[in-house]
Amino acid sequence: MGSPFEYAPAPESRAVVDIAPAYGLFIDGEFTEAAGGKVFKTVSPATEEVLSEVAHGSAEDVDRAVGAARKAFEKWSALPGAERAKYLFRIARIIQERSRELAVLETLDNGKPIRETRDTDLPLVAAHFFYYAGWADKLDHAGFGADPRPLGVAGQVIPWNFPLLMLAWKIAPALATGNTVVLKPAETTPLSALFFADICRQAGLPKGVVNIVTGDGSTGAALVSHPGIDKVAFTGSTAVGKAIARGIAGTDKRVTLELGGKGANIVFDDAPVDQAVEGIVTGIFFNQGQVCCAGSRLLVQESVHEEVLDSLKRRLSTLRVGDPLDKNTDLGAINSAEQLARITALAETGEAEGAERWSPECELPSSGYWFAPTLFTNVTQAHTIARDEIFGPVLSVLTFRTPEEAVAKANNTQYGLSAGIWTEKGSRILAVASRLRAGVVWANTFNKFDPTSPFGGYKESGYGREGGRHGLEAYLAPSSPEGEH
Amino acid sequence: MPTITPAFADVAASDGALRRFLHGLPGVDAVGLEARAASLGTRSIKTTAKAYAIDLAISMIDLTTLEGADTPGKVRALAAKAQHPDPTDRTTPATAAVCVYPDMAPTAVAALAGSTVKVASVATAFPAGRASLAVKLADTRDAVAAGADEIDMVIDRGAFLAGHYLKVYEEIRAVKEAAGAARLKVIFETGELSTYDNIRRASWLGMLAGADFIKTSTGKVGVNATPANTLLMLEAVRDFRAQTGVQVGVKPAGGIRTSKDAVKFLVLVNETAGADWLDSHWFRFGASSLLNDLLMQRQKLSTGRYSGPDYVTVD
Amino acid sequence: MSTVDATTRLSVLKTYKLYVGGKFPRSESGRVYEVTDSKGAWLANAPLSSRKDARDAVVAARKAFGGWSGATAYNRGQVLYRVAEMLEGRRGQFVREVADAEGLSKQKAAAAVDAAVDRWVWYAGWTDKIAQVVGGANPVAGPFFNLSTPEPTGVVTVLAPQDSSFLGLVSVIAPVIATGNTAVVVASERSPLPALSLGEVLATSDLPGGVVNVLSGRTAEIAAPLATHQDVNGIDLTGADEVLAKELEIAAADNLKRVLRPRATDWTGDPGTHRLTAFLETKTVWHPTGAVGASGSSY
Repeated sequence: MGSPFEYAPAPESRAVVDIAPAYGLFIDGEFTEAAGGKVFKTVSPATEEVLSEVAHGSAEDVDRAVGAARKAFEKWSALPGAERAKYLFRIARIIQERSRELAVLETLDNGKPIRETRDTDLPLVAAHFFYYAGWADKLDHAGFGADPRPLGVAGQVIPWNFPLLMLAWKIAPALATGNTVVLKPAETTPLSALFFADICRQAGLPKGVVNIVTGDGSTGAALVSHPGIDKVAFTGSTAVGKAIARGIAGTDKRVTLELGGKGANIVFDDAPVDQAVEGIVTGIFFNQGQVCCAGSRLLVQESVHEEVLDSLKRRLSTLRVGDPLDKNTDLGAINSAEQLARITALAETGEAEGAERWSPECELPSSGYWFAPTLFTNVTQAHTIARDEIFGPVLSVLTFRTPEEAVAKANNTQYGLSAGIWTEKGSRILAVASRLRAGVVWANTFNKFDPTSPFGGYKESGYGREGGRHGLEAYLAPSSPEGEH
Repeated sequence: MPTITPAFADVAASDGALRRFLHGLPGVDAVGLEARAASLGTRSIKTTAKAYAIDLAISMIDLTTLEGADTPGKVRALAAKAQHPDPTDRTTPATAAVCVYPDMAPTAVAALAGSTVKVASVATAFPAGRASLAVKLADTRDAVAAGADEIDMVIDRGAFLAGHYLKVYEEIRAVKEAAGAARLKVIFETGELSTYDNIRRASWLGMLAGADFIKTSTGKVGVNATPANTLLMLEAVRDFRAQTGVQVGVKPAGGIRTSKDAVKFLVLVNETAGADWLDSHWFRFGASSLLNDLLMQRQKLSTGRYSGPDYVTVD
Repeated sequence: MSTVDATTRLSVLKTYKLYVGGKFPRSESGRVYEVTDSKGAWLANAPLSSRKDARDAVVAARKAFGGWSGATAYNRGQVLYRVAEMLEGRRGQFVREVADAEGLSKQKAAAAVDAAVDRWVWYAGWTDKIAQVVGGANPVAGPFFNLSTPEPTGVVTVLAPQDSSFLGLVSVIAPVIATGNTAVVVASERSPLPALSLGEVLATSDLPGGVVNVLSGRTAEIAAPLATHQDVNGIDLTGADEVLAKELEIAAADNLKRVLRPRATDWTGDPGTHRLTAFLETKTVWHPTGAVGASGSSY
């Protein structure tokens, strides 16, 4: 049943962004070719169009980049905090100026809707730099002792789901605290980091303070295992996170890991139902569900199960899937063929294990990587789709009878990144929130982010916090208590 | 009068029963509601969709004048405008209705005779509603006798806020009866109800009592129609139909002045209540200045150049 | 009846036992090992804990976690203070044990015991303050109430320092449990007796059973299963040497345990807060606020 009110295509113009046919590595303030001259292509996941060719950094390139960062560290860390702050403020402002361009670029390279890059990613990126800029000259008052020192060179590896935002989460606190960085963007989304290199140039950032080495997993592995770095910051899969934790054992390297999740979104029978439905949708379909803190397990109280499911299905039928550059698109493309294959396989496992699959009617584009919004009912804790992170637009619906059962099921996972609570009863929110083993708990809301708000996991979702005052800790060597040396 | 549906037969059996029912409705989280309304407000409605929306919006307008200074001349001018909003372009749809005070209803009826445009009359001691039930009913009958097709009544906000839900309910039912064949729009004055929970309760109260339309505001207080309160009322009519099979219309009124705003409201309708409400029989805008902005946008779409206030009529 | 002269009276030797789940079991292995003083003279036999003792200790610690982490911070502070009180009363015993264990003069041993008592008092005072120091409200740019609070990590394995059998021991246990974690403590391998005796103090200090569990034996042997244990959330490697520490850190990565690496420490110094924060998670809770009456219909 089509609506007579069909929204005409409203594409954002691609003309605001000028993508070069090829990009080198950004080392010591210069774009250079990779040592072996190797390159790889980055494509638009919505169309499979090749956007650019990007240098494939080798161990040798990583070594050069770490050397440049080390060299830059001396002067950068010695700068008065207020001066470092001004560089970061400059960066924040240039990001704001260029946000339309960056939003379109990010949408092209990642496949996520322009509505999200424009309204969520880019504003948060600028805000993050703005927030940490202000810390740079106030570190003495941050609660980590007097005169806390930077660690040195940070090796940072980021994922493809929020390429520029994850870059901001990594680079802003590192620079504010006086560290220098070598950052490896994800293989499938290298472009916004390379544009960021240009922003560093415009901001006049000293050479070598930020180095961008593009490449694949081997490039990242070379970076995190490089003996010349003092700090590893990684966001990505739990498997790689564990490998990094093993790799740095016995060294002095500090590490923060922001890994996977299987967030429970708990809807009680006294929830504000319409907002809960919106929260469920935001929780699992924001960024096509490719969010580590996604609310991928819906735990709904049995007494309102049908009502919530009906509302949810009706709401999913209004989701607009398609061209990510269209301003009315709610769900864009899956980031890569590889990720699409993973989502597809897990969804098939869900069916094979007896869960009931449902998707609204929606036409998917013929080229590119697409997956329809999907929900599974009749799911139990024993199902693979209730335990494994799918990282896609797939919601598993489970039921519970009492708050105790909800908490027990929510916590019954190796992960502990996020959780949601929907109820109008204040004491229930507080009681349940305090018992959930998760680093971020959204009550009557979901997937909200802010530079002042610490983010990070319990258990196998990783350790360390990004954002807020807490986020500084990962980049500072606390002044030694008297007894320790 | 029979109750609206067996499912809710006992709901209004007593003040206590009605209170329990209304207070048992799901709560509304204000921030979430407003965020959803704002998010739908970012829909980009272009070209053909915009043309469709503008004509639809024009056809949904209750072109309104509710001033102490109203005269027959003013009402006749409005009636003329309602039938042919853009004298230079006869393809422009007529508005849904002209909305006036009861004493102006005969003038409006005469001026609109033979047209598709309905006559809506406010009643029940609009806008305060501070009169006895007898006066309110007389006011209603007066408007109906004058030929009004639609009655826009106000609820007793004082009684509602004091928790006397049954009093409000019975008053609506009495007015509904007095209105006879005229369609009844029930105005909540959402700005005075103050909370979203109250708006949801008032919506259900109004629908249970037999409202044909639920309407946000009189246009006479500080806060009138907003995307959020209209979204909430659209959720209410959607849920009410799902539970009773009865479809009720929605009318945001006051404060909607631009085409851009109107299109946003239509997006709310489209994505909340659904396509069944995309019709002047089920959705109205209570507005006056909105029409000229829609007309200018319409001219822009058809000619490709921006219009100006000299190219639409001042009424 | 004849009386025995004090000089000829045969003393009653103490059988040292583990402290697990509030009880004093022997090692499941049925084995003991000789503990000697700094000059090599026999002091006592200590239980030689096995993997199964470690497993039992984790079960006990997990069982105790809900109650202990859910207790009020005030209550935890009172319990920790009670430990100091109990310890003060048994000062003589611990001075003797520490002197024997570490080859210290009575005076130096007494100083160490006094410092250990004071350390319990220091951490007793921290229980209801650390949340205010490391947590707080976050001023997010939106209509949300946003609060970060620290929460205990869970079950923490603590490898007590090898050199400081009592002051060091207390300095690593107290911060772990002050914040609501429960602990499986591996005592100093060579000098486990003060740790085993501490169990007796803890058992009479209102500390719920299982909050602290004390194992004695070969550190490397007991630590290995604890480092790989999937139901242990953190590990303090203070008592491990460089080689063992690396090995255990690698094993700990299996379930991403929080790891506190060993570092040279003067146990008499200011402890700071890093041992408190090493086994804390930060939980951030968001809730919409909305504004009262601002738009005429806002909440």
